[in-house]
Amino acid sequence: MKLELGYVPINNIQFGQETCITGTALHVNADELATILREDERITSLEVDIARPGEEVRIIPVKDVIEPRVKVEGKGGIFPGFMSKVDTVGSGKTLVLKGAAVVTCGSIVGFQEGIIDMTGPGAEYTPYSKTCNLVLNITVKDDIERHEKEECIRLAGLKAAKYLGEAAKEAVPSYVETYETPSLIEGHEIYKDLPRVAYVYQLQSQGLLHDTYVYGVDAKRILPTFIYPTEVMDGAIVSGNCVSACDKNTTYAHMNNPIIKELYSRHGRDINFVGVILTNENVTLADKERSSEFTSKLVEFLDLDGVIISEEGFGNPDTDLIMNCRKIEEKGIRTVLVTDEYAGRDGASQSLADAHSLANAVVTSGNANEVIVLPPMKKIIGNHEAANVIAGGFNGSLKEDGSIEAEIQVITGATSELGFTKLSAVGY
Amino acid sequence: MPYRVVHYLNQFFGQIGGEDKAGTRPFVKEGIVGPGLALQGALGQDAQVVATVICGDGYFNENMEVAKKEILSMIKSYSPDILIAGPAFNAGRYGVACGAICKEVKDELGIPVVTGMYPENPGVEIYKKDIYIAKTSDSAAGMRSAVPVMAKLALKLLKGESIASPDEEGYIERGIRKNVFKDELGAKRAVDMLIAKLNGREFKTEYPMPDFDRVTPNPPVKDMSKAKVALVTSGGIVPKGNPDKIESSSASKYGKYSIAGVEVLTPDKYETAHGGYDPVYANSDPNRVLPVDAMRELEKEGVIGKLHDYYYATVGNGTSVANAKKYAQTIAKELVADGVQAVILTST
Repeated sequence: MKLELGYVPINNIQFGQETCITGTALHVNADELATILREDERITSLEVDIARPGEEVRIIPVKDVIEPRVKVEGKGGIFPGFMSKVDTVGSGKTLVLKGAAVVTCGSIVGFQEGIIDMTGPGAEYTPYSKTCNLVLNITVKDDIERHEKEECIRLAGLKAAKYLGEAAKEAVPSYVETYETPSLIEGHEIYKDLPRVAYVYQLQSQGLLHDTYVYGVDAKRILPTFIYPTEVMDGAIVSGNCVSACDKNTTYAHMNNPIIKELYSRHGRDINFVGVILTNENVTLADKERSSEFTSKLVEFLDLDGVIISEEGFGNPDTDLIMNCRKIEEKGIRTVLVTDEYAGRDGASQSLADAHSLANAVVTSGNANEVIVLPPMKKIIGNHEAANVIAGGFNGSLKEDGSIEAEIQVITGATSELGFTKLSAVGY
Repeated sequence: MPYRVVHYLNQFFGQIGGEDKAGTRPFVKEGIVGPGLALQGALGQDAQVVATVICGDGYFNENMEVAKKEILSMIKSYSPDILIAGPAFNAGRYGVACGAICKEVKDELGIPVVTGMYPENPGVEIYKKDIYIAKTSDSAAGMRSAVPVMAKLALKLLKGESIASPDEEGYIERGIRKNVFKDELGAKRAVDMLIAKLNGREFKTEYPMPDFDRVTPNPPVKDMSKAKVALVTSGGIVPKGNPDKIESSSASKYGKYSIAGVEVLTPDKYETAHGGYDPVYANSDPNRVLPVDAMRELEKEGVIGKLHDYYYATVGNGTSVANAKKYAQTIAKELVADGVQAVILTST
């Protein structure tokens, strides 16, 4: 399977009469977009706003970040199972509005939402301070359940990203990257001297409000399965969860999964990157055992030499990470784990809820409990008071002057377990 | 004015004698003794060793609590700015004494402390989290290289300068995790690590796995029908309004609440403060997380003697193991004092 990603660089975003791209500026007709989004009657109010890199703007509480993309060649459409039919995606050509993002915010769930600061020390921690963000501040009806509110906001974000993506349909990309994965046997013939490597991709699936979707299917209902890496680039995986902001994988991070990109960059040179094994992080022991059995069985079945396993969330899913690692290592297949840490505010506590001596190769994206002070911002999009209740904040986090003292847990994407940042932790 | 340093030594380095003098009770000598000469040399003009406390390793380890108090008051009387102990190399009892004194002084006087040990000294495992322990060789032959490391650490601590990594400074890793920005994305580091591992090349994990505590279960309660049973939860069930403002994640406290006379938890009076799960089901029936209703039935049926009048609750979402342990120790003490024989722990 072969996918071309054509990049249309976006360096500015502004409102305009017509949604279009001129040069590297994205113009958005906010009224037209709002009309489309408000077709969902569960939305009671909607503000469309803009946040650019370097501006003194704070977005809080952030639900998800999504990259606008559009498929121009090949089967299927972007976000299969949601915005498109469930045809297999990942082939042909997809255009990317590189530098633009849709950010959904508003008081939706209550606890596990995040903060994006567009400047200052907080901006250093989040990848989404570097994108030109179209922010949807959404209020939904009071009398619906929280998970339905989540669904409503999730769909609004996807619709907006699709809408913006379509503005690039006629655009000429400034550069193109090609990603190709041959069939198993073909790949083995071409790269027979190289170690066979796959990516074990754990998706958050701990339950209501802790869900991820694969082609529209709730990941807690899947058995571990095998997909082409390029499928992910077309939005085959959509975030629908409200775990702590720092280590939830946003839809943007899934689409741009840096582990997949890095494995491709070494493909044919140092490794034969065979493909992606999707698995979940369900809460019951039987589910964990079953999923790790299936995952390690697939790893063996594919005759792999090594895998990278990434986690999403913390605590409970630490057990999935360790279980997958142990079962795969016990088959003589090498693993590297990507996780983050909850070592306490003083960094002196045990970082993970599970451990095993076979987990001897771990990449950490930092200690989520480390405390940071985010200075006041001139403009707040959303609800500032949320700082006192979101995970990683505490009563009194929001100071009178508008600064926030909280754990970096509150910052969207700060300790990305897809390795999307440069943050790490070291022992002192 | 140079910083005032008190130095701690055992009977051997304090030039009293060998094992036959290990029972020596603590005493003070003004100024420098033995290795204090090299230490003073390394400290230079910024700090001065004003007194040396000497104690036999046998006496210290056999009378630890008393000895700590005696030595603390001797040290305190010199109003020091820092305590430097040892180095103890691989001498086990000496290492434990250096660690214990350093921790006591740090906790009680609030001044910095430095010691030095061989990594396998038993004092390291006990005290490395609390204090800076310079990494030394296993015998006194390493004195010349140990002292400058200790002196440099001491001066940095005295001047309030930041302490760099264990490798750079030469101390034993304390197990404190600190965030740093690396040059490469985590994803790239992971792929590099995998390729190194596959090719049998050297690689360094960024998170060495800890040894986990294992708790041995207590023997079963002999007669449950006479037992007072308590409920303790990490599921965040609190009286409505969360009076203690227990955090939705990384809880910094727990609450203790009366359920005397409460037959069943109702949604108008109780709710969850937990941020790690969808609260709909816990809020609509808090007994799902804190089973007061079921416990009352068992009480009526005589299956259990009595449900304890109080329950304890915290939020087990991102709460550090160290904090969880601290809460558990306090809660357990109170429960034992209240005559509770068994606890049902509910999580989510």
